[in-house]
Amino acid sequence: MAKDTPLRWDRKMQQRLARGEAAALGELYDKFASLVHMLAHRVLNDEGAADLVTREVFGYIWENPDAYDPKQGSLRSWVAKLTNSQALHRLRLAEAAAIATGESSADELEQKVRRAAAAARADYIVSSMPAPLRAALELAYFQRRDYRQTAADLGVTEDEARRRLRLGLQLLSSAHTRPLEGSSPPGYGRSL
Amino acid sequence: MGHPEALEPPDPHARPERPEPPEHTDRATIPPEADMSPVPGSGAGTPSHSVLKSLLGAWALAACSPDETAAVEDHLGECAPCAEEALRLRDAVGLLHPGRDLDLDPLLRFRVLENCLGRRPARIPVPDWATPYDAEAARLDALLRDFGESEWNAPVRLRWFDGIDPAQRKTTVAGVIGHLLTVDGLVAMALGLDDPLGPNAPISPTERTERFWRAESQLATDEVHGPWRDQSHALVRTVSFAGRGVSELSVSYGEFSLPLRDSLLDRAFECWLHADDIAGAVAYPYAPPRGSHLRQMIDLAARQLPAVLANRRRHGLASPAKHLVAAGSPGRSLHLEVEGAGGGDWYIALDSPAAVGSPDHSVAQVALDGVEFCKLVAGHVSPKEAAAGQDGDREAINEVLFAAASLGRL
Repeated sequence: MAKDTPLRWDRKMQQRLARGEAAALGELYDKFASLVHMLAHRVLNDEGAADLVTREVFGYIWENPDAYDPKQGSLRSWVAKLTNSQALHRLRLAEAAAIATGESSADELEQKVRRAAAAARADYIVSSMPAPLRAALELAYFQRRDYRQTAADLGVTEDEARRRLRLGLQLLSSAHTRPLEGSSPPGYGRSL
Repeated sequence: MGHPEALEPPDPHARPERPEPPEHTDRATIPPEADMSPVPGSGAGTPSHSVLKSLLGAWALAACSPDETAAVEDHLGECAPCAEEALRLRDAVGLLHPGRDLDLDPLLRFRVLENCLGRRPARIPVPDWATPYDAEAARLDALLRDFGESEWNAPVRLRWFDGIDPAQRKTTVAGVIGHLLTVDGLVAMALGLDDPLGPNAPISPTERTERFWRAESQLATDEVHGPWRDQSHALVRTVSFAGRGVSELSVSYGEFSLPLRDSLLDRAFECWLHADDIAGAVAYPYAPPRGSHLRQMIDLAARQLPAVLANRRRHGLASPAKHLVAAGSPGRSLHLEVEGAGGGDWYIALDSPAAVGSPDHSVAQVALDGVEFCKLVAGHVSPKEAAAGQDGDREAINEVLFAAASLGRL
């Protein structure tokens, strides 16, 4: 499997999961567990809750490997989407309980969920945006390179570096406005 | 950050804290002419609207020169569409978020997989005897995941006990992974997979490792990490498909061989202890295996001890057998009491591997912690220094502790 393209790896993994191969489940975990846990923690800000979401997401994938459609995108972005919707679902449950006991108001809940949804959507956008855009943002933001250094590091023109930074941020800014796609896939939120 | 603090610049506090790279400070020293000239369409005067617009992303990320920043900010006061976009992009920067590099609890993997398999049983399960290897390889892989160049090249001192004295070798983190890759390769070969060393490679684990180290004097991480992990995944997958009989398949190490189930357990043991070597070299904490896995590793060592004692006796390193008994009968034994997670009681036949260890024939007792016992077996603790409670026949105790230590090898 070492030389597989990502798309081929995704399809093979889906077939192996569908076949009921426990070794494939272990490999899936090894590849995506840190992504899943990080995304869940971003929404829930709680270690134990992120652990639970991780458990639920892998449980769902193992039980429903056919729910993944390779035509819709990478396995990675599907896993990220499942994680975000499950984490938001859990956040709503926790907040609803807090409202019931008077610890929180409905307005606070709505605000918190909206903030978490934007953060989740941003993480999703970053984890599934084209790699060249992600690389440019990574250099300019995390490595603090200016756009000329970013261009040199990526081996592209300065024009292109400016274009990628602007386009990457434009994609990211849609996290504020657009709702999280597939925030409750059919039969997903409830079945967990 | 080197840009003027006009019009609420992008929030520097949203950035991850890390030392400013030295190149960064050069930004302000670039002469304005040189700074502006690469911008297409810019003459000596103000850059055009389209150039300024193209700079909005870089501006929001504070990745422009000071002059460009000033030019963009002047423009934002005059151009409503650009000002609107600038605001939107700057807000988007606030959504960027450093990935947390926190290590996941290794137990989480176990709990997640257990939950999955409870919900939908595997049609092709991983055999029980392969799960310690699967778990230890996953733990080591998680440790390696965030390693950079300096960690991969960190020096590691490998220690073992050559039967008489402590021995050691110096290598790097990458060298340790290469060692695991080449010795795991013996199991791969027994299963009909490719030998990572290619055809006609030696069988002895030490020779294999030496050959690999010689061939790859400057180990690149991608030459060892990926191949090691791919091979460990392939081993787990192959034994899952191979069916029941495969657990007894013989794996040759040259001077000796082990049935596959023991061999994979031995590889799990080596994986843990070398991961512990690596963690020590980069000052990371590293926990011992789960209790049930640790117990299987201790059991493997305890089962091997009578044969090791007999071998040492043949080489004059242990005293002659005292009371030979018929094969399969209980004989003079040492009671090994292992405390802590994975602990239990073992009775080691002292005079012959053919005899059966028995509590009724116990002449001595050694009590020690499970992890301490494993470190003794690995040769990380010398037999004289092992923190073991001792009671009874001194000679028997001494010989068993030395035999345990000589199970270790490179």
